[in-house]
Amino acid sequence: MSKQLIVHAEQVTKSFGDLEILKGIDLQVFRGEVLCIIGPSGSGKSTFLRCINHLEKIDGGRLSVNGSLVGYRQNGDRLYELRDKDVCRERANIGMVFQHFNLFGHKTALENVIEGPVQVKGISKKKATEQGMALLDRVGLGSRAHAYPYAMSGGQQQRVAIARALAMEPQLMLFDEPTSSLDPELVGEVLDVMKDLASSGMTMVVVTHEMGFAREVADGIVFIDNGCVVERGQPHDVLGNPQEERTRAFLSAVL
Amino acid sequence: MAVEDKLETEREVPAVPTSARALTVVPLKYPGRWVLAIVILVLLALLVRAFVVADIDYAAVVEYLTVPGILEGVRNTLLLLLLSMALGLVLGVLTAVMRQSPNPVLRWVGGGYVWLFRGTPLLVQLLIWFNLAIIFNTFTIPGLVSMPMNTLMTPFLAALLGLGINEGAYISEIVRGGILSVDHGQREAASAIGMPRAKIMRRIVLPQAMRVIIPPLGNEFIACLKFTSLAYTISFSELLHSANKIYTANFKVIELLFTVTIWYLALTTVFSVLQQMLEDRLGRSAPGSRPSFARRLRKNLALRRTA
Repeated sequence: MSKQLIVHAEQVTKSFGDLEILKGIDLQVFRGEVLCIIGPSGSGKSTFLRCINHLEKIDGGRLSVNGSLVGYRQNGDRLYELRDKDVCRERANIGMVFQHFNLFGHKTALENVIEGPVQVKGISKKKATEQGMALLDRVGLGSRAHAYPYAMSGGQQQRVAIARALAMEPQLMLFDEPTSSLDPELVGEVLDVMKDLASSGMTMVVVTHEMGFAREVADGIVFIDNGCVVERGQPHDVLGNPQEERTRAFLSAVL
Repeated sequence: MAVEDKLETEREVPAVPTSARALTVVPLKYPGRWVLAIVILVLLALLVRAFVVADIDYAAVVEYLTVPGILEGVRNTLLLLLLSMALGLVLGVLTAVMRQSPNPVLRWVGGGYVWLFRGTPLLVQLLIWFNLAIIFNTFTIPGLVSMPMNTLMTPFLAALLGLGINEGAYISEIVRGGILSVDHGQREAASAIGMPRAKIMRRIVLPQAMRVIIPPLGNEFIACLKFTSLAYTISFSELLHSANKIYTANFKVIELLFTVTIWYLALTTVFSVLQQMLEDRLGRSAPGSRPSFARRLRKNLALRRTA
């Protein structure tokens, strides 16, 4: 039994000023697993996700991705902050998809997708373009390769954003409420791409309010409230038969 | 219910026996606009008359537009403008980026530079540069150069340093505003694909800041064109100084000042058009981008020809 541990969080804490957002999160994600994080807004679930690729610095505990600490180097019982260059190298292996897409506004869909491979990995533009077109086809947007973000619907932009993250060939994909700013009729197309991705074996951590998606696709669900993991387990257990009072209250409000 | 009925009947359209299609819209008249236009035309006529009857040799105004002395002034003005703006742009972008840096030392240096050069009059700065020899009487790079500052600090160099460094302080504020206008999510997305900070600035933030930067930068360019005339005080032979040399000899003061005015207006007009074309070009990735200035011009000219 040697499941490869991709994300390993141990007692992770994080504060913004006096406000403690994460109060000791323990969590594990294994290769090929899809973990959905649910919880009320302000519970710290997005902050935790952003800690995984060091967009936020953690204040305490230990967080590692694929065996290497995120943003730090451990020597004895001390953690040394890494330089920007080293943090960048780690981030390049972790894809992230944002609630507001954050496509580069001055670049076309294809240019968005090949930016990372060309500028960060140093792949030739020709090769990156080939791979980029294949990725855009995969998310169903081959025909929109030369469109600028402003000319695309939210759903299309989010699918380009997924292709942009995949272009770095990440070992792990993070999704931060990927459908929360979409019009209802556009949610499906993005979830379909994510389902396809999950079935291809990608390791994914998804912060979401889409309980249907969580039930259908997730291998595990974690319910976070007030900076703590309240409950975790299989989707049908957590969603169908929650053990904790707070989980029950949250689920009855959203379902 | 009764009240509503009453309102309905009051609002009823008078029964005129025409079909709705045949109705004519009568535009509202604005007699005040005509009165205003006439008043302004009369005032303008009076002003033009004053200029005509004044003792001004208009033939000389035109004639002096192209004499070698003035043309050399134009050339020097343009040279000073372009080099100062180039220096100002480099300093401005560097300073703006420094002021966004996580390094507090760089932030303070940038802030201090803007504080000093934006807080003192350009004319004073020009005079100080020109008199730099009083502080540093020799210019030395150990092992390379050593020369008297008076020889090095020509009027041109003093004007270039004065204008360029002053412009840099203003341009840095313009660029900083542009950088701040770019959504923070752009930086996060670029970080997430593993881009280092400097590259994020260069490839993601600055290009998108350009659309916000260009209009005020065009203003700055035109302002700088006019500020070059201050170099007159340190006897750099830009346009105004060249005119001054001629009119102190022949006393055609107002004629030459008009000549100079025409040149300044012509140059600022050209730069305004160039600025518009640049803005159109940069607007391509923006929603609702309108056709380029050149295309609009062609279209308008074509319309006029067919009319």
